[in-house]
Parts: sequence; C-alpha cells; structure tokens
Amino acid sequence: MIIKSLSISRALHFRYNDPMKGSLTTSDIHHISKLANLPVTDEQIKELTEQVGITVQYVSKLQTLSTKGVVETSQVTGQENVFRKDEIDPSRIFTQEEALSNAKRTHDGFFVVDQVLEEK
Amino acid sequence: MTNYEPVIGLEIHVELKTASKMFCGCPADHFAKKPNTITCPACLGLPGALPVPNKKAVEWTIMLGLALGSTIAEVSKFDRKHYFYPDLPKGYQISQYDQPLCRGGKISTSFGDVRIHRVHLEEDTGKLQHATVNGKKVTLVDFNRSGVPLVEIVTEPDIHSAEAAKEFLKTLHQIVRYLGISDADMEKGSMRLEPNISLRKVGETGLPPYKVEVKNINSFRFAAAAINYEVKRHANILNEGKIPVQETRGWDEARGSTVSQRSKEGAADYRYFPEPDIPPMRCTKSETDAIYKTIPELPKVKLKRFQTQYKLSLSDAIQLTDTGEMADYFEQTLKAAAVLDTPFSAKEFANWIINKKPDINDTKPASLVESMREAKSVVAVSKDALSEIIAKVLLENAKAVSDYRAGRQQSAMFLMGLVRRELPKADTKIILDALKKALEDIQK
Amino acid sequence: MMIDLPIRSIAKKLRSKEMSSVELIEECYERIEKVEPSIHAFITLVDKKDALSRAKAVDSRISSTGSPLAGIPYVMKDAYLTRDVRTTAASKILDTFIPPYSATVHQRLHDAGAILIGKTNMDSWGHGASTENTDYGPTKNPWDTNRSAGGSGGGPAAAVSSRFCSFGIGEDTGGSIRNPAAWNNITAMKVTYGRVSRYGAIAYASSLDTMGPTAKTAADCALVLETIAGHDPYDATSSTRAVEPYSKEMTQSIKGRKIAFPTEFYGEALDSEIREAIREAREVFVSLGAIVEDVSLPLLEYGVPVYYILAPSETSSNLSRYDGIRYGGSRALFTRESKRRIMTGTYALSSGYYEAYYKKAQKVRTVFIQEYQKLLSSYDAILSPVTPMMPTEFGELLDDPMKNMMADLYTGIVNIVGTPSLSLPCGFGKGNLPIGMQLIGSMFSEGSLFTLGHAYQSKTDWHTHLPSIVKS
Repeated sequence: MIIKSLSISRALHFRYNDPMKGSLTTSDIHHISKLANLPVTDEQIKELTEQVGITVQYVSKLQTLSTKGVVETSQVTGQENVFRKDEIDPSRIFTQEEALSNAKRTHDGFFVVDQVLEEK
Repeated sequence: MTNYEPVIGLEIHVELKTASKMFCGCPADHFAKKPNTITCPACLGLPGALPVPNKKAVEWTIMLGLALGSTIAEVSKFDRKHYFYPDLPKGYQISQYDQPLCRGGKISTSFGDVRIHRVHLEEDTGKLQHATVNGKKVTLVDFNRSGVPLVEIVTEPDIHSAEAAKEFLKTLHQIVRYLGISDADMEKGSMRLEPNISLRKVGETGLPPYKVEVKNINSFRFAAAAINYEVKRHANILNEGKIPVQETRGWDEARGSTVSQRSKEGAADYRYFPEPDIPPMRCTKSETDAIYKTIPELPKVKLKRFQTQYKLSLSDAIQLTDTGEMADYFEQTLKAAAVLDTPFSAKEFANWIINKKPDINDTKPASLVESMREAKSVVAVSKDALSEIIAKVLLENAKAVSDYRAGRQQSAMFLMGLVRRELPKADTKIILDALKKALEDIQK
Repeated sequence: MMIDLPIRSIAKKLRSKEMSSVELIEECYERIEKVEPSIHAFITLVDKKDALSRAKAVDSRISSTGSPLAGIPYVMKDAYLTRDVRTTAASKILDTFIPPYSATVHQRLHDAGAILIGKTNMDSWGHGASTENTDYGPTKNPWDTNRSAGGSGGGPAAAVSSRFCSFGIGEDTGGSIRNPAAWNNITAMKVTYGRVSRYGAIAYASSLDTMGPTAKTAADCALVLETIAGHDPYDATSSTRAVEPYSKEMTQSIKGRKIAFPTEFYGEALDSEIREAIREAREVFVSLGAIVEDVSLPLLEYGVPVYYILAPSETSSNLSRYDGIRYGGSRALFTRESKRRIMTGTYALSSGYYEAYYKKAQKVRTVFIQEYQKLLSSYDAILSPVTPMMPTEFGELLDDPMKNMMADLYTGIVNIVGTPSLSLPCGFGKGNLPIGMQLIGSMFSEGSLFTLGHAYQSKTDWHTHLPSIVKS
C-alpha cells in the first residue's frame, strides 16, 4: 500500500491559518474539556478547537501506515513480574503534617473540598 | 398480572488483609486510624510518585480465582481507569481492564450455579465524609484507605431472587474467610457489594434492556431488602408499560427504600489504557499450581467430610465448619482427646463446643478436653442412695409414671433428667438401668 | 575559570586542596549574579549561604574514596522533586509546592556530596521545545539572548553553558535534554528508558520519560550517569542491569566502529548549516577510524505523529492528579500549550478514538522498535541531527503548533523506541549559533556512545567554546 503523507518540509512551512481545516468541532472541545476536567473560557474554546483540531488532523496520518498483525508496545523495558514484597516501608510514610503540608484547605487532619453532591 | 423474574448480577469488592498497600509500603490496616496518617507519595498521588505492585495481593487474587474455579490468565496487566473525584488522588485508579487475573468460575448454591464473570485486582480510593465547617457544607477527605488492595468479583446475572443473592453472598463470604485473605466484614467495609438488578418476563431468556445498580448496602440483610424493594419497584413501572431508568440508586435503610443518585446515561468514559508504570505479569502453569496447593480445604468439602468422617448431623457440621478456625479447633480437640486417651465420641465434643461456646482463641484444645472429662467424670453412687432418689422422683411425679406406663417413652427420659439433676456425676448407664428397673417394679 | 575544568580534574584538585568547593561555589554564584539576569535560567536559586555551608561540610570530609561528584555544583530541571526546596515544573499550579520527599536521583547526588544550587526553568510539565511555555518567563540563549535556549530543559542547558554549574540533571521525553544541549553548545545523554530511576520526577509521558545528565562534555556526563543510574525498587520500570563504569571504558579507540548515516534525515527539512556541520563531523569520525555508511530509515516522517499521540495521551493522564485538593492550584492555570496537549491526549484515549489513535500509535511504535533494532544490530550508532532548525527567535515555535511539533522530528522517535542518544556540539552557524548532533545507540549502549563522543571531543574543540556573555 503506497502511502501518501504530509512531507516534512511542507509541515515545517505550514501555518495554522492554512486552508487545511481543523477536524474538531466546538462541541467536541466542550466534551473533551469536561472529560479532562479543564475549565475553558469561551475565548479559549475557539482557539483550542482550531489548534487541537490541527494536531489531531496531523497525527491522523498514522492511519495510512499499515500495522496489520502488529502487536502494540505498551512499554519498552521487556520486563515482567516486577513486584514488591508485602512489607511495610516505614521510611516513606508521611506524618499527618507532611501529608497536609501543601494543601490549601484542611480541617482536623482532613483535606477539605466543597461538598460533593453526586456519588461517583 | 404479569409474572416477572429478577435478573441480578453482583459486583463485590473485598479488601485484602495484606500487611502493606497495593502499590506502596504503607500499612494496609487503615481501620480507625487518625485521618491521613498512613500515606506516602504513591498512595497520596504526589507528583513524581510511582506504583510498585504487592506480590502477595496478586497471589491471593489468583488463589481466590482458583478457589472459585476460574481460569487464571497467563498474561495479565494493570490499566489506568480515569475519572475525577476527590477521593481518587491520581485522577485515575490503577485497576484491570481487558486482561484480568481471573476469568470464569462458579459458586454452587441451592438455587443453582452462579457463574463468575471475572475476578480482578485494583486499588481502593480514599474516604469521604460530609461535614459542616464554619457554617459551610464541605466534604472531608481521608487518604488512609487509598491504595489498599481490592479484589473485585463480578458475577453473571445468574441470580434470580433476594434469597439466592443472600446465599451466594454468604457462601462467597465464607470462602474468602476460609482463604484467610480478608476479614470480609461488611460493617467495617472490607466487603462491599453492589447488586445490578433488572426484571424480565418469566420465560424470557435475554437480558432486559436496562439495569439498576444499587449502592450503600452494608449487610446481607440490607442486600436482600434492597433487592426485594427494587423488584417491586421495577414491576410497577413495567406494568405501566414503561422501562425503569438505567441508573445508580442508593439504599436508604431508614426509609427502607432506594433513592435515585444519578442517571447512568451510557457508560462513563474511563479512557482505559495499559498502566505504563507497571510491567505486565506472567503466571505460568507451575506457578498457578503452586498457589493452588496453598488453598486450604474449602467449606463445602469440609462440611461433607465432617458428616462422613465424624458422623455428625448436617446442622452440627454446618456450625462446626462456619469458620476455618472453628473447624480446625474441633479437629484439634479430637486429636488432643486421643492423646489423653479420652473415650468421648465426636458427637459429644461437637455438642460441647456448640452448646458451651468456649472461646476458641483462649481455650487450648487440651484444656477443653480436661474440662469435659471433669464435667462428665463418673462418681460412684451407692445403690441405696440411688434407689432412694429414684423412689423420691417417682413419688413426686406420679403423672409421668402413669404416662410411661401408658406407653410414653419420653416420660422415662423426663424422669431420668430429674434423677440426674440430683446425681450429676453419676454414670448415665447405671442410672438408666436402675430407673428402668424401678419403673418395671411399680408395674408389677 | 575553575568551573570550566572537567569534573574529574576538579575532583582531583579538591582532594589535593589545590581548590575548595567553597571557592567553586563562590565563583559560580558570582557569575550567576552577573549573568543570570540576562539568561533567566533559574526558577528557584538555592540560598548562597546554604550552598556554601554544604560546600564547607564537603570540603572538611572530602576523601580519596568518596564520589568524584562531591563538592561539585549542579542544577536540576524543576521537574525533579527536591525535599523542602520548591518544585514547580514551571507551572503556576505548583508555584508554592514544597515537596515532602526527594527524587531518587536527587537523593543519590546528595549522598554523593554534590551541591544543588538551583531548580531551573523549563517548558511547563515538559510541554515544549523552547522553554517559552513557562509561567516564569522564557530562558534566553547565552549565545544570543534574543533566541530560545531550546526546550523543554532550556534552563539546565543555559546554566551549564553559562558556566553557572558543572552539570545539570535534565529529563528527556521527546528531546527535552538533547535539543537544549544542541542549542547551547553542551553535551547531554538521553539514557535508555529504565536506566535511571523516574521516582520523584514529575511525569510527562510515563513510557517515554528518561532522566539524564547534561554537562560540558561526554566525560562529565559519564561521571554523573555512573552516580545516578541503576535500579530503584520504587520504580517498577527501572532496569536491574548493572551500571557499567562508563568513565573507565570510554577512552578506547573507535577504530572499526560502524556508524549509520540515514539519508532521509538530511533532506530538505534540515537547515543547511546543520547539514554541513554534521557532514564535517562525519569526516571526523572517519578520520578516527570509524566506518560511516549511508543507510535508509524511511519511517522518519511517522515519528512525530506517533510521539504526538503517545506523549499527549500519557500527559493527559499524568496531569489528572493536579486537582488542587492535596496540593497545587486550579487546573484553569494550565498554559494554552499544556491545555492543547491535555486535550489532544484526552481525545486520543477517549471512547471511540482509542483504537484509531493511542492503540494505533503503539502498534507503529512496535514497527519503529523493530526497524531500529534491525539497523542497530549492524551499527554501533546512528548519526542524526538533533533539531531541524537553528535556535529560534522567541515566538517562532510557541505561536506555531506545527513548527513546534516538527522541532521534535529527530528526537521524539528515540524516546518511542527507548534507546539512548548522546547529543554533542559539532559546530557553529551564522551569528555564532551552536549546532549539535546526536549519536543514537541500541538499548543500554551508553558506554559505546560515550566512547564515540569522547573520541570526537578529543579531536574537536567545539565544546570548549564559551558564549561571549560568559567570557566578558
């Protein structure tokens, strides 16, 4: 299968206001921002839709490379069965103070958030 | 009036009682500890922290799978399951998605077999509690429990009644405790369950087009109550020609009902992908076999054996095999009795243990045998003393005597009991013979 | 200039009392005072008093048996957790974060007696190739302060290049230690994945992140790597393979060693000055007895798409923990570039797209691994450019998402296959801007790469040049 893909030099001279349109809609971006728990303003939505769209469109070129019968690589170490013994490691346990030391809101040893309404 | 059949699948979580947590060396025993006092970079989800899996937790999960008759995966891995919630420090839970440690298996119950869909291993989340601080409604978060190893057992929807669910749960609970991998205490939260309930018309075989998940159940009794409540609720809706909303509901014990929590509009998008920080696990057949060998005799097998080997009744055997500890204690007692050359029968030991309920953690088997011997020790009674007491008893219980003469055998036992009360240490056989003779003499 | 000496020489002089660590630290801080305002390499500078007191302690107990890094000043990219010293990943989200624990690498250096003098600037969370995507202002290139110092580890590179310290600890996920080394005229080793512990390093992409040394020379990098490399029980991906004595072994001759020269790498996409400089470097290797052969590696153009699926996906996951509850500020504080990457990654992992993006990228990853394995079974190294362009002016990359991605053209693919790569200076272009090249090896071939690099640096002196801002 002959592959036609974006050549490197064309990519280097590419500007994002090129005719190559982004491939995502603002509602896609809304959905993604919810999934990613990323607050975005209305101004940001427009820019993100365009720029994330461009990235997604570009990386989609991968679809044109055949990977039939290829098993994915999740990690390159080639290692298996890396475990630790079931033992307590006292050297790493934080005191309550250490655990809470960087939190903005704490109360009586707990971390505090506004009341969560929904169950997960 | 349509007849409906409940279609129930159970999702059970069991906290393993390993010494340390699933992916770090913090103590796994978090019960009643001051908040946020057993955390480390890994279970607190600090930047830069990395997970390293607990070997024992993996072995125990495999052991549970084998005990349930599951197939153990040759290659297994952990995956990240993403969602945002304050009790989830990394914003993802390390769990297992498409290559769980165990698949398949079953538990047999008197209602039929319940197939196991899968058994996998994951980490627990922190704990939330609602509070009001400075007048503001807040949620307090404690990460002591974060990272504790959790085994998830999912059944096929093979359960069709609350009673069937209860029996299944009791059986699973017993197996888990026999294996020694968890206290499985529902009140303490080391065993949690969520039934998935739906209804279909009797005779239909496919799965209904909806299911309702129920949370916040912390006893088998509540599980049965919640199931029964849901079954009624679904039936009402179905009778109206509608389909119950697919959602998550919470059991409200005070109201005796379930309350809607949120709509499960389609599955959440957990964006599972293989956990890159943990290499995959490979379990060879010989390793699986080695784990299999460590499984103790399981409840059903022990129950049968106790009945045949010790000639115990089903009910006695059930009581003695309730826990592995109790069963072992019983057998150790018999061993001690043999060493001390004590001629009591297994049945007598069974009765003693069942009725007198000795503290088996405190009472050595040999001491128990001694106590029994003392209690049952035979003291010689003079013939005259015996005759005197028998005569007194017969005199004072004329009705019983005439009943006996009329043919009621039980009356003899009644009289026997009264005589024995006066002479607790006398030999049973001698009393019985003397009493019978005395009764015959009256007849003459 | 004491700091300009090789670490090994400094170590000797510290022990013979010809020089003291206190004097060394004094010299560094003096230069920092003068030059740092023009460079802005640091986010957090360690208090001079604290650094000096540590130096004093090291001086008093320095022995012939201790680590050669004892008393040597160094910086860490601000992605490494340093206990009690603020760590920000160059993001306002962690502006006030004081870690309660230290990264393994920091602990090892601390135990060796090395002296941390500061946490350096970077592209936030590793997201960038120019140290412009930072909430603390860009780092300027000491060779031309109107230009970027490269990224994401521009801070450590500029610090070493400006002679603020002897070495830096950087982090390379797609070029973050090599790109700044090339743009700052210094040396850096992107190690084999798993060679150095990732514990305590703020994760960018978990299956790609590597922790490594950057310094003036290959010899200095080798010394540092010997100290920081090795198995860590807190990192399940760290290798149990023994750490070789790189310094001892790197002085061998490179006669007969084979180097591959992939022709696809040197086409139109590459700046002509860089192409020329590396062609000259090729001749140096030949003159040293190595055999350099043209080869074909046609998959190059798929490297960037694979990287820009895997890295954003894994970063979107790794950054989920920043919810502001246990530490850190609001997620609204992520920069535009970081938000772009998180969203791209979330998309690539989401239901309906996972197969076509993340899983597909992992399959292409397998293809790449096989290609590189095949090539590297017949060659000791691949000679490659580091970036396709010369150091950019500010705004050039950050405002152009495509160009920004392309900056990783030659580097990202090495992280994908997991092998090591040594980036070294090989010349200068117009305006006295540094040019770098990289030698890519097979898994755990750091020793061989150091040998090739050291041989090159024994025959050339590019690495000895100083930026004028330092010379004055």
